[in-house]
Amino acid sequence: MLSTVQEIITALKDKPGALLPILHGIQDALGYIPADSVPVIAKALNLSRAEVHGVISFYHYFRDTPPGKHTIHLCRAESCQSMGAGKLEEHVKSKLGIAFHETTEDGQFSLEPVYCLGNCACSPAMQIDHDIYGRVSAATFDSIINELGETA
Amino acid sequence: MSITVYVPCDSGAISLGADRVATAIARQAQQRGIAIDLIRNGSRGMYWLEPMVEVVTEAGRIAYGPVQSTDVEELFNADFLHGGVHKLALGLTEELDYLKKQQRLTFARAGKTDPVSLDDYVAHDGYQGLKNALAMPPADIVKAVTDSGLRGRGGAAFPTGIKWNTVLNTPSDQKYIVCNADEGDSGTFSDRMIMEGDPFVLVEGMTIAGLAVGATRGYIYLRVEYPHAHKALNTAIDKAYQAGYLGDNILGDGRSFHLEVRLGAGAYVCGEETSLMESLEGKRGLVRFKPPLPAIKGLFGQPTVVNNVISLASVPIILDKGGDYYRDFGMGRSRGTLPLQLAGNIKHAGLVELAFGLTLRELLYDFGGGSASGKPIKAVQVGGPLGAYLPESQFDTPLDYEAFAAVWAVLGHGGVVAFDDSVDMAAMAKYSMEFCAIESCGKCTPCRIGSTRGYEVMDDIMQGRDLDKNIALLRSLCDTLLNGSLCALGGMTPYPVLSALNHFPEDFGLSPVANEKANAA
Repeated sequence: MLSTVQEIITALKDKPGALLPILHGIQDALGYIPADSVPVIAKALNLSRAEVHGVISFYHYFRDTPPGKHTIHLCRAESCQSMGAGKLEEHVKSKLGIAFHETTEDGQFSLEPVYCLGNCACSPAMQIDHDIYGRVSAATFDSIINELGETA
Repeated sequence: MSITVYVPCDSGAISLGADRVATAIARQAQQRGIAIDLIRNGSRGMYWLEPMVEVVTEAGRIAYGPVQSTDVEELFNADFLHGGVHKLALGLTEELDYLKKQQRLTFARAGKTDPVSLDDYVAHDGYQGLKNALAMPPADIVKAVTDSGLRGRGGAAFPTGIKWNTVLNTPSDQKYIVCNADEGDSGTFSDRMIMEGDPFVLVEGMTIAGLAVGATRGYIYLRVEYPHAHKALNTAIDKAYQAGYLGDNILGDGRSFHLEVRLGAGAYVCGEETSLMESLEGKRGLVRFKPPLPAIKGLFGQPTVVNNVISLASVPIILDKGGDYYRDFGMGRSRGTLPLQLAGNIKHAGLVELAFGLTLRELLYDFGGGSASGKPIKAVQVGGPLGAYLPESQFDTPLDYEAFAAVWAVLGHGGVVAFDDSVDMAAMAKYSMEFCAIESCGKCTPCRIGSTRGYEVMDDIMQGRDLDKNIALLRSLCDTLLNGSLCALGGMTPYPVLSALNHFPEDFGLSPVANEKANAA
């Protein structure tokens, strides 16, 4: 795992403002930013570990724990609220049996809130991994989740 | 001869099944032995018709929508490839009322072309602006933008030409053009649409900006929530480099401009320009004090133009057709066009680019067709999560920066979110405080602590606890946020909160009369 981290750092460390590109590279490859990569990044960029940790914890998108197999980003912003995102959120949480920032026990799904996916003309919206969904209802959510669960 | 079929690659269209439709069309055509040229275009911005398929016929492009993959076989049976009659047929795309009534300048190409085809871009007047700019002294390019009256489309509406002029006149070995593509406001998606539907126009606009102020390097700070835009921009940038529109010798002119996309990481506050630059430098997105202005001391301490996507994407047409051409659209001090975004509980949600001056009511009903639910529209939030809620009595306000400011509202980035009468405005006010608390960068106390206290106070108000005392406390907190915050996140959260309270006191458990007195006091 650390060899992947090292490769990413080597490839990107000379970019101006390299820290975010490096963190994205690591999260893309591993799904999260492992704690033991922090000192390696810090050393390569001549930063303190606190500075690197501070950046990871500042940005909502970066995570320091492994995600479930699929990450669901459910939009909570105003446009989606106007089309029933609040009720959808209740349904999603009870269907999965988890709250925001949690992962289902079987490791299939992580649930994260998101504040706008730019799909406001098709509210309510959500993103699962890289796929975006519009006009999501409780029924369409269930069928998407069931389909993804079967292909596990 | 093969028939050309367009299926949008816009992420909104994809979210409604456009990829499956494209696959089904390709499969049907193959099974039937029909040669088709399937092009993935941008969206025309009529989302209730998405996925909207277009077929090129002798009469023009004919639209069908909303098409699902299960409709495709039937469409082939109806000979849609030659404009055949079908219940999903909409007629000629250009004749559709919603599009025909618009004035598309910035979005002139979006939906018409293959977004990542440089040939298509050039064939539709692309890079005319850059060619003109290459023949002009930098100060003349800046003057054209100043003359156009273009004001920052990200929300603050600062005159773009004045900003550019400051950077032009600040000597430095290295200057930067930064595009703010961190479109985090709920109800806004015009940046996304142009980046997915016509990415070259942004690349061209940034290149012109570079020539204008003497900057040789540009960054597009793109939110991570936009993977399709990311892909489209990177493809466009690669092609622009290959064809000599970017690089060390732009079109053989000897000047250079380099461009790179950088991804944000889900922090709303990074849409604030100084926080954005901190993030680009690889740091926590903490807001900086101003002055110094970014135009004098910006990215990596160098003079930097920071402009929104739509501002920069409007530059090519200004340099192509002249500042006067653009300025002749609009009203008062709001010149040109604004790509408005109709969202939320609205029947015909989508993108409407128009000269400034239409009223909010015309937009909501003539274009939007009223609420999606069929219930009355109770409130409209304009300008994103930091914009005021407007009640029905303010729907006749013209869409103009100054007219909105006069009713203590903001036009911002042009996002319009409609709510029907089932909305609880106290809950929306509470959400605004919660959002500010979640997204605050933490640098200034009013925003960091005020938002959390605001959330707690709203909770008390919604429980009906000590109403008079807590309403007074809420107003006091808002006053502190409004006047004491370092940036617009804390400084404008009072807009949705207080507008909700002032226009909808009954949702806060107050009688309208009592609230008016308190408000006047």
